[in-house]
Amino acid sequence: MTTHIDKDLAVQLKKHKITPDEYGKILSLLGREPNLTELGIFSVMWSEHCSYKSSKVHLKKLPTENKLVLQGPGENAGIIDIGDDYAIAFKIESHNHPSFIEPFQGAATGVGGILRDIFTMGARPIAVMDALRFGPLDSKQNGARNRRILSGVVEGISHYGNCFGVPTVGGETVFEDCYDGNPLVNVFALGVFKHDEIFYGRATGVGNPVIYVGARTGRDGIQGASMASDVFTEESKNQRPTVQVGDPFMEKLLLEACLEAMKTGAIVGIQDMGAAGLTCSTSEMGSRAGTGIDFDLAHVPQRETGMTPYEIMLSESQERMLLVAEKGREQEIIDVFNKWGLQSAVIGTVTDDGLLRVRNQGQVVAEIKNRDLADEAPLYNRPFSKPYRDAPMEGPAEPDSDVQSDLLKMLGSGDLCSKRWIWEQYDYMVRTNTLAGPGGDAAILRIKETGTSVAMSLDGNGRYCYLDPREGTKLIVAECCRNLSTVGAQPVAATNNLNFGNPERPEIMAQIVESIEGMAEACRFFDTPITGGNVSLYNETLGESIFPTPVMGIVGLLATAPPVPMACPEEGFDLVLMGGLGDTDGTRMGGTQYAKQVLKQLWGLPPQLDMAFEKRVQDAAREAARSGLSTAAHDLGEGGLAVALAEMTFGGIGAAIELETKLSPSRALFHEGPSRILIATKDLPAVEALAARHEVPALRIGKTGGKSLRISIAGRVLVDTPIDRLYSTWDRALEEALHV
Amino acid sequence: MKFGVVVFPGSNCDHDAWYATTANLGQKAEFIWHDSTDLKDSDVVILPGGFSYGDYLRCGAISRFSPVMSAVKKFAQDGGLVAGFCNGFQILTEAGILPGALVRNRNLHFICKTIELRTETTDSPFTNQLQPGQILRVPIAHGEGCYTADERTLDELEAESRVAFKYVDNPNGSVRSIAGVLSEGRNVLGMMPHPERASDPLMPSSDGLLIFQSLLSAFVRT
Repeated sequence: MTTHIDKDLAVQLKKHKITPDEYGKILSLLGREPNLTELGIFSVMWSEHCSYKSSKVHLKKLPTENKLVLQGPGENAGIIDIGDDYAIAFKIESHNHPSFIEPFQGAATGVGGILRDIFTMGARPIAVMDALRFGPLDSKQNGARNRRILSGVVEGISHYGNCFGVPTVGGETVFEDCYDGNPLVNVFALGVFKHDEIFYGRATGVGNPVIYVGARTGRDGIQGASMASDVFTEESKNQRPTVQVGDPFMEKLLLEACLEAMKTGAIVGIQDMGAAGLTCSTSEMGSRAGTGIDFDLAHVPQRETGMTPYEIMLSESQERMLLVAEKGREQEIIDVFNKWGLQSAVIGTVTDDGLLRVRNQGQVVAEIKNRDLADEAPLYNRPFSKPYRDAPMEGPAEPDSDVQSDLLKMLGSGDLCSKRWIWEQYDYMVRTNTLAGPGGDAAILRIKETGTSVAMSLDGNGRYCYLDPREGTKLIVAECCRNLSTVGAQPVAATNNLNFGNPERPEIMAQIVESIEGMAEACRFFDTPITGGNVSLYNETLGESIFPTPVMGIVGLLATAPPVPMACPEEGFDLVLMGGLGDTDGTRMGGTQYAKQVLKQLWGLPPQLDMAFEKRVQDAAREAARSGLSTAAHDLGEGGLAVALAEMTFGGIGAAIELETKLSPSRALFHEGPSRILIATKDLPAVEALAARHEVPALRIGKTGGKSLRISIAGRVLVDTPIDRLYSTWDRALEEALHV
Repeated sequence: MKFGVVVFPGSNCDHDAWYATTANLGQKAEFIWHDSTDLKDSDVVILPGGFSYGDYLRCGAISRFSPVMSAVKKFAQDGGLVAGFCNGFQILTEAGILPGALVRNRNLHFICKTIELRTETTDSPFTNQLQPGQILRVPIAHGEGCYTADERTLDELEAESRVAFKYVDNPNGSVRSIAGVLSEGRNVLGMMPHPERASDPLMPSSDGLLIFQSLLSAFVRT
C-alpha cells in the first residue's frame, strides 16, 4: 500500500515516533486509517520498550530452557522449580529514563513495576536488588546534580521497597562519565510460590468478565513507554509529566488482595498494568489467549474528569491490575478487593473475535486485533558494523607505583568503596529470610517452607563491555556465577537487562549483537538460561552513548544453613587462592579498576576468560563452601586480589600474605583475571585435595591474624597497613563524596 | 500461651511476629484483622511493624482509629499484655496508650541495621529473663524512630523504671537514648527495635527471643 502522508499527519507520526513505513504497516493491518486513539495505541505497543523490535531477532539466540525452567521469556516473569513443590519467579527491569527526569519517583515506580510483575504471577515477592549507575559525584560540571540523582534514586527505592515490605538485599553501584546524563536504574525482584499457585496473563474463556482493580487512572505517565524509547535532548526536562507517581501502600494492599483473590479460584488470568497501561494489559492478555476483549472506558475508575479515550488508554498510572474472572464468580473477587479497601470494576468481557474493542459510553473508539498490537510490531534486523570503541589497545607505560597508596585510593573510590550509606536506607531484613544481605558476594534468602535457600547476584561491567562487548558479557555471566558458587550455591537461571545506546547507529547495534551472542554462549555453558528480562535502548544524551551495559541477575540454589561469610572470623586460618594467581599482560589491565582509579585511563581488552577453567574453579569453591571447608570465602572481582584481601579483613582479623610471581606488583595485586576465589580454611590438606580433584590450583598465600594487612612479594613488603585504616577509608568514602 | 498479631492495612512485620512466636518460641499465634474488635482470647497482643495506612499523615495516626484499637486499649486497661514493635510502638503512642512520640530520625534517613540495646529494667513481663544492663543485639528498621517526650514525662519514666531499653550508641537521636518504654501498669511495651527479627538461630542475632521468653515466663507464673 502506498502511503500518502500530509503535513499534519507527519507531525502526528513524529510525535508518536512512528516511521512512515510503520504507518504503512498499520494501514495494511487495519485496512483503513487509524484514528488518534488507535495511533496512540499502536505507538506504545510498537515502541522499542514494549515490542523489542530492534533486539528481538538477536534475543532469539539466547538459551531459555533447562530442566528447572517452568516458564521462560514472554510472560511477566520467568519461573524456576526449586523443589518440594515450590517455585520462584524473578525478573529484572530498567527505569533509566524516568530516574533521570525525576529520580525519586522514577526509581520508586521502577521498584513498583517489577514487584507487580512478580505478584501478578501469584508469587509473593521476597527480595529486591538494584544495579545503579551514575555520573561521577565529583564531576566539576555535574557533580551536584549527580549527587542529587543518587540520593533521590536511593530514597525512592527505600521509600517504595520498605513500605511494601520487601527486603532490598543487594546490588551494585557504579560511577562513570558516560552515565552522567543517563543514569541506569535496574531493579531485580524475586518471589516464591507453590507450583499450583502460578497464574498467567491470559484472557481465556469467551464471555468471562474483565475486571480492573487498584488505583484509579489519571493523566500521569501518558506515553511513558515511547518516552523511554527516545534519546535525551535538552527538551527532556519538560517530560516530567511522563513520569508516574508511586504509592507503595496501595501496592502492598494490591499484593495482599491479589494473592487472596487468587486463592478463591475464580481468577482465570491476571496481568499488571505497567508500561502502556491499559493498552498493553488488554492486548497482551488477549493475544496470548487468542481472544478478543471488548470493554468500555466509562467503567474504568478515573481520578480526573474529562479524560479522553486516548489519555485513559495510554495512562501509566501505577498500582493497577487487570484480571479475567470465571463468569458468575465476579463478586467473590470484588469482595476480596473491598476487604482491602481497593476499587474494582467489571469493565468488559472476553470475546472470540480476537479484537481489542474499546468503547466510550458504548461507542467504539478503537478496534484493533490484539495480535497486531502484541505480535505484529515490525521487527528490525538493524544494520550493524564493528562495535563502537574509542580507546587505544596499548596503555601507558607501567608507573613505578606505591602499591599501598594505590590500594587505599582504590578502596576509597566510588566503585569499590562500601555502599553502606545506600543499603542502610533499605530494609534488608523484613520477612526474616535474609541469611546474607547487602555487601557480600551474593545475597541469600531462605525459603521458610522448604529446606532450600536462594542465592542471587547482580552484576554488570560497562568498561569490559566497551572494550569488547562479547568477552565483557561472558565475564559478567562468569562473575555472577562465581559470586553464587563462592557461597555454595549452584547457579540455575538468569535474567538480563540490556542497557545500550541508540540501535539505529550501526556501531551501537554491533555492541548489542556481540553482547547478546557472548551472553548466549556463556549462559549456555554455565547452564543458566535466560528466563526473561528487559531491553533499554536509546540510552544516549546529547549524542553521547553510554557504555554497553548488560546487567545480569543470576540465581542459584543451596541448602538452608548458616551462610559462608566474606570476612574471616578468626585468626590462624590458611588463606587459599582457588584458581591460583592468574595472569595478565598490559593490554588486559586496561579495563581494570586499577586503570580507572589509579591511572585514570581506559585501554586494551577485558581480562581473559577460560570458561572451562572457570567452571572447575567454581565447582571446587562450591564444594568447599558446602562441605564446610571454607570458613570464609570471597571471589576476586573488580580491584583484583588486593581489594579482595582487604575486604576479607573487614571483620576485624588481619592477614599476612607472601606471594611469588613474575608479574609486577601492581599487576599481581590488581589484575582482574577471573576464575579466582579466596578461601579461609582450617583444613588446608582437604582443600588442596579437593582442588586437585577438580584439576584447579589451590595456592596457599598466607594466614589470617593480627590487626594489619601485610602483603609481600618475593620477600619485599608492599603493603603493611592497619586494617582500621583500610576499613575507614573504604567505609566513609561514599558519605564523604556525597558531602553528607 | 496464645499471641494475637494485629494486621493493619500496610503491616509488613505481621508474619515475622507470627513466625517468631510460633516457630521460634513454640507457642500459638493468630492474626487479628484491624476491622475486628475480637482479640480471639489472646494472652498477648502484638502490634507489628510496617507502614500501617502507608504511614500517611503521621506514622500510626490513622491506625489508632481502627476498630481493633478500642479493643486493644480496653485489653491494656484491664492489665492485658500488649507489645508494639516499630510501627506498633508508633501506634501505641498515637493512641495515647504509651507516652511520648516518635519523630523523624536525626539524619532524616531510614536506617536499617543491627544495633545494641541496654536493658534498663528487668521488672516487667517483657524483660524478666534479662539481666540488669544486659546488652541485646537487635535490628532497627525505621525512618521515624526518634523518641521524644517532654522533660517531666521523661523524668517520670526514669523515676518509675519504665524505660525498658536504651540504645548503646543512639542511632536516631532519641532523647536520653530511649529505645523502648513501658506503660504505667508495666503491661504494655513499645520499642522501635525488632525482637521478632532476632529470634531465629539463622538470623544474625537471636537475642530478641529473650523478650518473648520473658513473656512466656510471665504467663506461666500467673
